[in-house]
Amino acid sequence: MLLIRCPYCEEERPELEFRNAGEAHVVRSSEMTATSDEDFEAFFFIRSNPKGIIYERWRHIHGCARFFNAVRDTVTDRFVMTYKAGEKKPARLPKVGK
Amino acid sequence: MTASYRIPGAGRFSHAKAASFTFDGQSYAGVEGDTLASALLANGVHLTGRSFKYHRPRGILSAGAEEPNALVQIVRDAARTTPNVRATVQELYDGLTAHSQNRWPSLSFDVGAVNDMASPFFSAGFYYKTFMWPKAAWKNLYEPKIRAAAGLGVAPDQPDPDHYSSRFAHCDVLVLGGGAAGLAAALAAAESGVRVVIADEQAELGGALRFESGARIEGQDGWSWAQGVVARLKTMPNVRVLSRTTAFGYYAQNFIGLTERVSDHLAAPGRDLPRERLWQVRAKKVVLATGSIERHMVFTDNDRPGVMLASAARTYLNHYGVAVGKNVGIFTANDSAYAAALDLKAAGIAIAAIVDLRDNPAGELVDRARAAGIEIHDGRAVVRTGGRLRVSSMTVQRRTGGGERTIAVDALLMSAGWTPSVHLFSQSRGKVVFNDEVKRFLPGTYAQDCVSVGACNGTDGLAASIDEAYAAGTKAAREARGGAAAGKSEKPAKPKVEASEGWSRGMVGAAPGAGPGTTVKAFVDFQNDVTAKDIRQAVHEGMRSIEHVKRFTTNGMATDQGKTSNMHGLAIAADELGKTIPEVGLTTFRAPYTPVTFGAIVNHARGPLFEPTRRTAIHPWAERNGAVFEDVGQWKRAWYFPQAGEDMHKAVDRECVTVRKSAGLFDASTLGKIEVVGPDAAKFMELLYTNPWEKLEPGRCRYGIMLREDGFIYDDGVVGRLSADRFHVTTTTGGAPRVMNHMEDYLQTEFPHLNVWLTSTTEQWAVIAVQGPKSREIIAPLVEGIDMADEAMPHMSVREGKICGVPTRLFRMSFSGERGFEVNVPADYGEAVWEALWVEGQKHGACAYGTETMHVLRAEKGYIIVGQDTDGTVTPNDAGLDWAVGKKKTDFVGIRGLTRPDLVAKGRKQLVGLRTKDPKIVLEEGAQIVADPKQPIPMKMIGHVTSSYWSENCGRSIALALLAGGRDRMGETLHVPMPDGVIEVEVSGTVFFDETGGRLNG
Repeated sequence: MLLIRCPYCEEERPELEFRNAGEAHVVRSSEMTATSDEDFEAFFFIRSNPKGIIYERWRHIHGCARFFNAVRDTVTDRFVMTYKAGEKKPARLPKVGK
Repeated sequence: MTASYRIPGAGRFSHAKAASFTFDGQSYAGVEGDTLASALLANGVHLTGRSFKYHRPRGILSAGAEEPNALVQIVRDAARTTPNVRATVQELYDGLTAHSQNRWPSLSFDVGAVNDMASPFFSAGFYYKTFMWPKAAWKNLYEPKIRAAAGLGVAPDQPDPDHYSSRFAHCDVLVLGGGAAGLAAALAAAESGVRVVIADEQAELGGALRFESGARIEGQDGWSWAQGVVARLKTMPNVRVLSRTTAFGYYAQNFIGLTERVSDHLAAPGRDLPRERLWQVRAKKVVLATGSIERHMVFTDNDRPGVMLASAARTYLNHYGVAVGKNVGIFTANDSAYAAALDLKAAGIAIAAIVDLRDNPAGELVDRARAAGIEIHDGRAVVRTGGRLRVSSMTVQRRTGGGERTIAVDALLMSAGWTPSVHLFSQSRGKVVFNDEVKRFLPGTYAQDCVSVGACNGTDGLAASIDEAYAAGTKAAREARGGAAAGKSEKPAKPKVEASEGWSRGMVGAAPGAGPGTTVKAFVDFQNDVTAKDIRQAVHEGMRSIEHVKRFTTNGMATDQGKTSNMHGLAIAADELGKTIPEVGLTTFRAPYTPVTFGAIVNHARGPLFEPTRRTAIHPWAERNGAVFEDVGQWKRAWYFPQAGEDMHKAVDRECVTVRKSAGLFDASTLGKIEVVGPDAAKFMELLYTNPWEKLEPGRCRYGIMLREDGFIYDDGVVGRLSADRFHVTTTTGGAPRVMNHMEDYLQTEFPHLNVWLTSTTEQWAVIAVQGPKSREIIAPLVEGIDMADEAMPHMSVREGKICGVPTRLFRMSFSGERGFEVNVPADYGEAVWEALWVEGQKHGACAYGTETMHVLRAEKGYIIVGQDTDGTVTPNDAGLDWAVGKKKTDFVGIRGLTRPDLVAKGRKQLVGLRTKDPKIVLEEGAQIVADPKQPIPMKMIGHVTSSYWSENCGRSIALALLAGGRDRMGETLHVPMPDGVIEVEVSGTVFFDETGGRLNG
């Protein structure tokens, strides 16, 4: 079971308290009706599904109930970092130990 | 009864209490402290089972968890019968009952043994190749026969009456393995004050010190030192010592699964004791001290009862005081078997000869064996054994061939060397590296915060192991503290090793006589009956990867997971492929290390504790009044209320008629309820629902539809606006949690600028629906402060006031098509208010009704149920609910999805009504609709039935369906093909009763 740091509670809690909520930084247009078919496809259907670093949303559903963002390595399952919803995608990632 | 192989004064249980047991119905004597294996051996019993495939007689190979052969059935009672228990780990208790497995009619005479003679037909891949044709025979003939013939042991056919417990634990340093290295590491860490857990699978910690008679530490023999350390650790408040506890899985971020066998060793476990305890431990640092496992020699007929590992024989002698034979032969490729020979000889057991594959073996142990007068045949191999149910001889030949010599023995000990137990290290995703010099895989690159010490790290010799472990324990404790100084000023002293045993090397692969080109039965994997020949055959048949060889031959796939066989199998495959061992690679180690019971994993989560059961406040009344319940998600809901002599249909017919004639009471408490509050509440509702909300007046209600971004219906429900900034939202019963999640998601991440709070109030409000022409008359006498006249409180309105003196939110709404109300009261008052309404209802001939009647009534009106008439691909337009989509709105979740090309295309499935031509026929929900029933199969299906009921009010069957281009097909005759004939239906509107809706105010 993974340990995940909730950026609102500011502590590591077991995976059981969290729920994954899909890829992060997928922007919903403020003018949805004006979105082209292609843009809507990219927004709603297309996900990056990378091997390696993924930016994704999690919810501390059995804790503070807040949604937040996380950087995770899909190969090792290791969480690189977490940050609050609405914060920018980190420009640089911290190194992770074992 | 005397246990004739128990040696007086030997072992550690000389003064233990007697314990008698039975094996295959025969009574034997043992002592407390024995394992079933040691007790059987004490009675001269080696034959314990029949092998899986060939039904060959098998005995006890080992003295530990690696045992592949001695698998037995342990029977406490009909429900507590456990198959495939390793006799080598089952502790003896008085009255223990064990049976051998995989034999018929008896262990000594087994009909299945014809498989052994027919073995040319049973070679590797036999099942894959033989039972392929005809296809149908696999299901009806081959599989049942094979399953009956194979299968080791019998699973109980009754529920498990035992209980299992579960603990989570956190510690700074977790030490896995309680041998010399593990104890030294635990001691070093514990003395510095950090939280330490040490776990070991044996009843007593001590590991290989159980048999290593040559070890002396701190002025004591090794075993005594170990027990002293354990005693000391147990007194320390920061240490938890877990014996009989197996670390079976190493998961992410130092999360370790352990099972503690709490009562399997007790004659009469108290009911207060769990059978097992599952530990889920999160450790800052893990020290792996898992030791090593001795390998057998791969030679012809190496599986006869009495042929066993040298270290096992030493364990039985030095720990249990049991001789495995009276005239013992030894076949070895390394020094450790010499130590066994010396111990046995010193205990008065004759050593027939040591056969050593090596030329001119040298060293202290060899010298001592010579000095003790033991005959040593070096440069030679055992090429065959004799005997049937027990080994009676070994035949020795020069490694290079030549003349044979047969020597009588009653037990044959073997040692090919020692395999480091890297299972847990490998499970942690660490990478192993092959050391060719010593022929073993050792921990290489670490993936987690752990360290391997002692034999599992390839460290040879007790002194070196203890040094390494002690240093590792000290370092782990320091790092766990974040580098801070130890809590205690007194620096613990490193245990001093005065004498030690140590050996390395050995061989992997087949011994001479079982080499390439031979067809002898030289077993690599005992439990799955895999021979050296099978491995070579797999290579010849094209298997190149060791993973393929494993699956083709089943080498290493049994319950012992190849603890003794994997290295041999790998070496033989590599040899045959002409590659080096690391080129061929090692199969992946997976959890569990040893089999784990389902009970430990399932733990408390079974029966009523499998999942929470949710009951409404009104549930007790429904129970008292004979309701039949149905499960809706986690909820128990009253389904119908049968009266004397009524079946479900009669009850539902009566309830349906009564509601429309007078009134009915229905418990709607399970509806999801969410309070949406805040200055921006209306704006938020505008974004989450398709409907317009800004202009909805306080005190009014609206039927709302929620979409996903793709434009499909996600949920629906009636929403009441209580004030400018407060909405009382209802959701479907099953949808409440996901709707709440969906709302929170948008509020937190897409519309965080909105000033809104969301609160789930599902369980706070009990909801009593009163539906029917008499509904107002039933409620009104109990209500204070609410004018219920039609003008004051029209359809789709909500009022706050009191009922029976308690606060209520009274909704006027209808899911039946009749004048209707939903009385919301705080859940604590739900049952009392229901009782009061029931008394009023009786005056008007009202009934209580359940979910089935609710479904029929709403279907008569064409009201949809999300999840029944929709399936996640239905738009509001498809469902005939276009009117609920705000046409002037510029944004809501799903607005863009609704304009996707496929969603506006012609020919989409639309919700329609279906009337069977024969009004008595009730369609099956899920049935498919076709236009032409005479077309060839597969027919073109143009829709399906979503809801279908008998409607007593309409005097006919009614159905709703999703039908391609349905609204353009009104009046068309279509067909529903069923197994017993085709049903004719006519397409109609979705409203079957009171089409004008006049009864809402009736």
